[in-house]
Amino acid sequence: MHEAMVAQSLLETISEEAAKHNGRPIGAKISCGKLSGVNDEALNFAFEAIAKDTPCEGMKLEIEHKPLQAQCRSCNQSFDVELSQPRCSVCGSEDFDLLGDAALVLEEIELETD
Amino acid sequence: MKKVNVGRKILGENERFAFENVLFFTEQKKLCLNMISSPGSGKTTILTRTISELKDEIRIGVIEGDIQTDIDAERIRQTKAPVVQINTEGACHLVAAQISAALKELPVKELDLIFVENVGNLVCPSDFDLGENGKIVVLSVAEGDDKPAKYPAIFAKSKVLLINKIDLLEGGLVDFDIERAKADAGRLNKGIEIFPISAKTGEGFTDWYGWLIKSVKNLRCD
Repeated sequence: MHEAMVAQSLLETISEEAAKHNGRPIGAKISCGKLSGVNDEALNFAFEAIAKDTPCEGMKLEIEHKPLQAQCRSCNQSFDVELSQPRCSVCGSEDFDLLGDAALVLEEIELETD
Repeated sequence: MKKVNVGRKILGENERFAFENVLFFTEQKKLCLNMISSPGSGKTTILTRTISELKDEIRIGVIEGDIQTDIDAERIRQTKAPVVQINTEGACHLVAAQISAALKELPVKELDLIFVENVGNLVCPSDFDLGENGKIVVLSVAEGDDKPAKYPAIFAKSKVLLINKIDLLEGGLVDFDIERAKADAGRLNKGIEIFPISAKTGEGFTDWYGWLIKSVKNLRCD
């Protein structure tokens, strides 16, 4: 719901990095956790709007959603939680601890250089 | 064309302010709790009852977040507790920088506990760390027992779930399966403490107060 704010922060971070490496940004890879509530369509829409008339206009965003990891209390295995059916993928137990959700990260940018 | 590895957090600025707030609360030995819920779940009523009934045990201050108006701050002011109102002018959540600024307006030295009442919204505030010691999620029974399953993020990240307006369950005014809500909230969060309460009648508040008093004491003895 607050993708505009994420887009703004993303634009600033990309612009800083592009300036540091003397290039014009044409693409970026970002990653986020399952619980961060980032919607691809909304983020792309917000970014497109905010990037208009800046060096980031027309950039392609690739958004990777990292799985939510947990550790089972019954069989002790680590596994990726399926939010629609939260149970251990190894033994089926519902008794597990979350291992933390991945942060929203700008992983990589693609630059056009002269 | 070249690819550059970056590995930088987006919303990093919010994290920087949140970290400053963590340091502030740790140094000052103050407990800060971030209350999150849908609009109308009863956050302000829970706060006014809690402040009034614990006034001899815990000194409480409040940071109120709303899109517009100071209606909630005025209700808190009537309890004589210090309060700062933040208007987000449309933003769907509070950010850590707003909390740092509001803390300068509160008499923090004279307080034990600072409640942040976030903007009414069950989704966005869960993404913005304010540097608090814990999140308190409020769910009123009129909203339905399926909310922990449908909005998992906030229930996964909270220390306490207050199930409010349980007085409506008597006489079957609303259908709400408390056991289902508890099971769904606990599924992603084994440590969550759940207190069914009625801010209107005061039912269930003893256990909530017990948790608050214990949490404030633990912080002082650290």
